[in-house]
Amino acid sequence: MGKVMLEVKDLKTKYITRFKEDVYAVDGVTLQIEEGKSLGIAGESGCGKSTLALSLMGYYFAPLHYTSGDIIIDGRNVSTLDTDEVRREVLGKEIAYIPQAAMNALNPTQKIIRFIEDVIKVHKPEMTKPEVYEMAKERFHILGLPEKVLDQYAVELSGGMKQRTVIAISTILSPKVLIADEPSSALDVTSQKMVIKMLRDLMEKGYIKSMIFITHELPLLYNVTDDIMVMYAGQIVERGSAKDMVFDPIHPYSKGLMGSIIVPETGTREHELIAIPGTPPNLKKPPAGCRFAARCKYATPECKIYNMEMKEFGEGRSQRCRFSVEHLREVYANG
Amino acid sequence: MAKELCLSGKNVTKVFGFGDKKTVAVNHVDFDFHVGEFVSIVGESGSGKTTLAKMLLGLIHETEGEISFLGKPREIKGRKQKREYWKEIQAIFQDPFSSYNVFHKIDAVLLDCIKMRGGKKLPYEKKVEMMTEACSFVNLKFEELTNKYPFELSGGQMQRLMIARIFLLKPKILLADEPTSMIDACSRATILEMLQNLRNEIGMTIIFITHDIGLAYFISDTVFIMEKGNIVEYGPAEKVILNPEAEYTKRLISDVPKIHEEWDLSTV
Amino acid sequence: MKHILSQVFHSGKFVVGFCIFMSILLLMIFYPIFNPGNPLQIVSIGTFAEPGIYVSVYDAVDSDMNTLKLDEAPAKRLDSVLKSEDRVKMVMWFDAAGIPVDNLSIHDTEALLTLWEENYDATIRPEGMTKADRNYFQRLDGNLKKVIVTHDKVLARQDPSSSELSVIRTIEDTDYVNIKKVANVKRLPLGTDNFGRDVLKELAAAIKTSIFIGLVAGSIATLIGLTFGLLSGFIGGLVDDFIMFITNIFTVIPAFVLLILISYSIGQDQRGPTTVAVVIGLTVWTWTARAVRSQVISLRNRDHVNLSKLSGHNLFLIIFTDILPYIASYVIMALILQISGAILAEAQLSLLGLGPKTTEVPTLGLMMNWSMLYTAHLNGYWWAYFPVILTIALISFSLNLMNTGLDQVFNPTLRD
Repeated sequence: MGKVMLEVKDLKTKYITRFKEDVYAVDGVTLQIEEGKSLGIAGESGCGKSTLALSLMGYYFAPLHYTSGDIIIDGRNVSTLDTDEVRREVLGKEIAYIPQAAMNALNPTQKIIRFIEDVIKVHKPEMTKPEVYEMAKERFHILGLPEKVLDQYAVELSGGMKQRTVIAISTILSPKVLIADEPSSALDVTSQKMVIKMLRDLMEKGYIKSMIFITHELPLLYNVTDDIMVMYAGQIVERGSAKDMVFDPIHPYSKGLMGSIIVPETGTREHELIAIPGTPPNLKKPPAGCRFAARCKYATPECKIYNMEMKEFGEGRSQRCRFSVEHLREVYANG
Repeated sequence: MAKELCLSGKNVTKVFGFGDKKTVAVNHVDFDFHVGEFVSIVGESGSGKTTLAKMLLGLIHETEGEISFLGKPREIKGRKQKREYWKEIQAIFQDPFSSYNVFHKIDAVLLDCIKMRGGKKLPYEKKVEMMTEACSFVNLKFEELTNKYPFELSGGQMQRLMIARIFLLKPKILLADEPTSMIDACSRATILEMLQNLRNEIGMTIIFITHDIGLAYFISDTVFIMEKGNIVEYGPAEKVILNPEAEYTKRLISDVPKIHEEWDLSTV
Repeated sequence: MKHILSQVFHSGKFVVGFCIFMSILLLMIFYPIFNPGNPLQIVSIGTFAEPGIYVSVYDAVDSDMNTLKLDEAPAKRLDSVLKSEDRVKMVMWFDAAGIPVDNLSIHDTEALLTLWEENYDATIRPEGMTKADRNYFQRLDGNLKKVIVTHDKVLARQDPSSSELSVIRTIEDTDYVNIKKVANVKRLPLGTDNFGRDVLKELAAAIKTSIFIGLVAGSIATLIGLTFGLLSGFIGGLVDDFIMFITNIFTVIPAFVLLILISYSIGQDQRGPTTVAVVIGLTVWTWTARAVRSQVISLRNRDHVNLSKLSGHNLFLIIFTDILPYIASYVIMALILQISGAILAEAQLSLLGLGPKTTEVPTLGLMMNWSMLYTAHLNGYWWAYFPVILTIALISFSLNLMNTGLDQVFNPTLRD
């Protein structure tokens, strides 16, 4: 077992709307990632995936507010730091975040190298500009990005190239954790593949120690991450290795998600799609009991009463459904 | 193929702008869609698939070439001809949130369809019956929807209501422009099933436009692959996806992550 | 609808703007009710009477009198003629006349007056003192004599035939009249203007005219801009090119220059408030047209418009049901800005003397024009122009504030 890079204990965060209502977007998430491992987070939109990504940075700004729980990055608890300290000491250096539209964040009037200089200036003020340039050049070379990009402006780059450049800039300080929130879903498939390859390279060459990858595209997750975690209504409902999760999902919600996968390969046309009726619950008033019960076709009236915790089963796997693993497997086998 | 031709195009071209700013969005494409077929047009952004769709719908005019409808050249110059044509071809768009006029109630949306089918003078009870039938076709309850506004529904429900609208209109051709790309995977299955029902139960020809080659393979009989305004490959879904001939199709398929087969990252 | 209204009134900016605007409207509506009559009636002979309450002396002397013994009365009476600048002047006179003023404090009224009584002589002509100064000291001396010596005053009536005076009444310094018992009291909260007209009453009427001009001009501008914007944005092609050509012509010629030229060529006699409003409306519509056009272009490609087309709806139905409701909030905001702009434009025009003709109604701009012509601003008659400027500023400010508030409500990206 490797060194634990990121450990999150019972993290709870909420949004406060303009009308002073609380939205419990992340409600008791516990997870840990070891060095060299990547974790995928899957779920529908509105399940709190992106909020979890924002919350993990420990950098909170309105309307997102921290409620309770710990975020421990390589042994250091960052949830107790104030926003200024987080910005100075944690962001970029310990943890890097890439949102979906990251490529649009590049100021079009600046050359790419300026962004790198900016990042370095905060964390390593002793480095001179030529040193920074050399370092950036080397890193870009290793990551397969053309060196001339450094002297170009963002507008001169294509969407995929911009996104890869942003990733290279945000990981220039070799952070311990990289959080990528749908980094490739705005791109065409070819650029998406390049982004994924780059993330893989970053992991393999040790520039990032661990990665959290968030997407709603399950085939992508299966190919990118070691483990997959399924989120529903602000909570984790199941966790396991990517292979187990895709081919042997246990929680009814995971089962539904995995049943909706469509890929262009033999057998797809024969495979029956699973649909989950309804929509995720409103997180202003999360329902009692199992949050998925209202949409679950296997639910019994008891499901809406008992609040379940994650139960471990098998190696590194856990799930939240009230029913036993054997029972669920049997139910799925009989259709 | 013995099947009757539904919509076909010869040399269809669309050019935007002129002079230096000339862009050829659709470049001399030929196609034949047959009655009752489930056709997919697959392409990445900028491939001209949406432009082609708008030309098929008659929302924009082709610069060159000819589109034939039911074997005869399509005549949609005048307003009246357009109206007649639009009784036969209808569309579902990508973004359900922008497909509705937010100031109109759901009833108004459906009543408008009945009116278009010439049911303006029907008694109200009959209209309600028709709307209820349409809603139940897409697993919605009309009693729950009446007097509501579209934005009170979820994305999936809105898209289903769009299908209910098509059910009422019963056109010969349905053009679905990325109807599932804005909704979650779990609701996607329902929409796809309903589109198949429209084809199987009413015999509609469905033209499905998508960027997702997996989806096209899953659902359609025939697949057209578009690249930069050209149709680079077409044929039965099994053949095009499992044994692609065009380089572009091969690349497109290899770039999509898969589950059972190895995803080769070294090719980029 | 109800929801939108409650949203609108949740916006602080809108509420503040609304309150200011409403208080101006209330002034406009209610002041003429309490103070009826023609706002342009001349009430005072002579120009620029100071703000205050005017009591008829003629009626006051006939009213029942009460005797009040007030200790501070003599001192106040003295103060009313002996201001602090008078005291300084008195010391200057002593200086000029060579009278020693050691240890004399100008606040020591008694010592000052004694010294003055002992030494003042109108015949002395100290060196370097102008005739005007000497007259001033004579006047001051006279005033002082009136108040220091508390003789009773005698009121007499003159017989028209014999010119004989008969005493009616003696007035003592302790006689007081209740203001309520005086038949004629005139309150002029903002005094009178150069023609001797009640400024506040005139202001209330001017606000009415200016808002009328604003509404008419704003509506005309919005209507033209909206129609052109809708047609050019939705139809596109040649229609768009043609309308934008006209709009561009109007844009490059500064609207204000156009306004001046049109106003001038219409001539003084033809220029009523309505004409001025129409002229303003016809020159400032361009930016509404451009703004509406760009909104319509972005709406035109929305799927619901495409679907409406596919449902066989005609152009006007699509514009009225699928386009107009979406830009309604935007148009209302544009209208508010146009109204505020038109009120300002009228003020500018009138200040230049190109506003509505002057004999019928006052407008805010005309009031400024008059007070400027009669140099109120140079003579310190602040009440003739300052309230007008403040009103214009407040109307414009409140309308803009309401606009910003509405923008925050309708434009979610601006919300905090």
